[in-house]
Amino acid sequence: MSGTGRRRIELRPAAVISNTEIVHGVYVMEIEKHSDFVPGQLIAAARHPDDEPRLYSIACGKDHPTLRILYDVKPDGVLTPAMAVMKSGDVLYISSPFGRFTRTPENSWWIATGTGIAPFVSMTESGESANRTLLHGARYRDNFFFQDLFIERMEGRYLRFCTGEQGPGLIEGRITSYLKESNDIRPEIKYYLCGSADMVVEVRDILLQRGVPFDNIIAEIYF
Amino acid sequence: MDNREALLGKTPEELRQVVEELDLPGFTASQISNWLYQKKVAGIEEMTNLSKKARAMLQDKYVVGRTTPSRVQTSVDGTKKYLFPAHRNLFIESAYIPEENRKTLCVSSQVGCKMGCLFCMTGKQGFQAQLSAGEIINQVLSIEESDQLSNLVYMGMGEPMDNLDQVLKSLQILTSEWGMGWSPRRINVSTIGVIPAMRRFIEESEAHLAISLHSPFDEERRRLMPIQQVYSIENVVETLMEYNFGRQRRISFEYIMFDGLNDTPNHVKGITKLLNGLRCRINLIKFHSIPDSPLKGTPPERMQWFADQLNKKGITTTVRRSRGEDIYAACGLLSTKTLVKKEDNKDF
Repeated sequence: MSGTGRRRIELRPAAVISNTEIVHGVYVMEIEKHSDFVPGQLIAAARHPDDEPRLYSIACGKDHPTLRILYDVKPDGVLTPAMAVMKSGDVLYISSPFGRFTRTPENSWWIATGTGIAPFVSMTESGESANRTLLHGARYRDNFFFQDLFIERMEGRYLRFCTGEQGPGLIEGRITSYLKESNDIRPEIKYYLCGSADMVVEVRDILLQRGVPFDNIIAEIYF
Repeated sequence: MDNREALLGKTPEELRQVVEELDLPGFTASQISNWLYQKKVAGIEEMTNLSKKARAMLQDKYVVGRTTPSRVQTSVDGTKKYLFPAHRNLFIESAYIPEENRKTLCVSSQVGCKMGCLFCMTGKQGFQAQLSAGEIINQVLSIEESDQLSNLVYMGMGEPMDNLDQVLKSLQILTSEWGMGWSPRRINVSTIGVIPAMRRFIEESEAHLAISLHSPFDEERRRLMPIQQVYSIENVVETLMEYNFGRQRRISFEYIMFDGLNDTPNHVKGITKLLNGLRCRINLIKFHSIPDSPLKGTPPERMQWFADQLNKKGITTTVRRSRGEDIYAACGLLSTKTLVKKEDNKDF
């Protein structure tokens, strides 16, 4: 290859401020913040400046003094096992925030599972949760990351669908079952989906079957 | 269950480690490489210039790793769709597409896909597993028409840039003199535009590159392809502009045509503007309807009109002949039907 191109995503060193395992295998990392961002954006991160970066949604409000990310450890992954053992003062290389999974003014439903909740944490902490309904899916109560934030800010517009246990405030069952049967699906509002590809494609198909035009479905996938 | 490791997919360096570990002479590594990739044997017992003892020692820990297709569908036009078993009861598809002057195999690089494109049947599986270089090479070696193949395209199941280490390794095996001796100019690798991995591919491989375009407009492409939220097509094109691809290496854009959605005069203008200054070509592809999709394919005469308009604007554009329609050669359908998802593991 007679390549002339070498302009990669620019990664700058950022000090890790804290790194906390919130449930088994899932961590919240606070990192030094270099620049402002729009809630819903993400950063590219790598252990070394020449490594191929991985992407993480920012999981804090725009006025938060640091950058917060939420990640789960992929045992065969390149970066997350190394991130899991990082401590305050270590350095992670990060990009400027980018991405366009950001809020639009229309009424919306947010639908998330796993660490896919991160962009909605950012939007909610930034005061962007008015006229929003959040459908949050998890297997166990402890896996509703940041549930206290949503309970406080969204009250009855925060619905937790739990597939693995029962408990106060939890709706037993799957988001997909709810979406198939709910009378509240409105084709004219926006649906923001964030999570695994499996979740995104299955939920999207159900919404399409329920008459939501694909123009109103905005998805962010994790890869 | 056979837990022996596969030799297929190993580079000469890795084969040297194998023979060192077994305390076999160093030259055995190149003999094995020759048997795997040039003589294309399916079993260690066929490696007849290795001593019986060496073969026995190899067979104790290793297998060649060739897997035959578990199902084949043949179209009236000669196109064949092969279903291969992959790991953990999963399946992948490869499509053999014979034409007058070329015989092309479309290979898969992943089981399922993480990218969630609205129009893609493979995406409906979600992501199941990465394929190893050996599993990619096996698709080339284990079809009936293996010796007739002239071209390879990495356009089957999965996003090649999301499994780049194994894709690059498979390309190394395919194109090396010690390997299968393919010209990289007969291999085309597609991507939806995962920019960091695409850069690495451009710099570390000589194969052609095909980008899935499908819309020149940001909002519209976001709806069709979630990747646009992260790596926009504008940034993909900007990245391509940074490289000098020379005369031999081809950059193409794949454009699936959806009736009334991305086949308007405005799209001709948008594509022309987007690709201005980039030496490339466009392939227009008929959309094969998939279950539950809100999208419909553009009629053939409209596709030809669209191609004519782009050609008038100076962008070499062809309408790809639709092949294997009676067996639905677009990837993902057969393996998705075969896949049984485990509901218990889901959190949604």
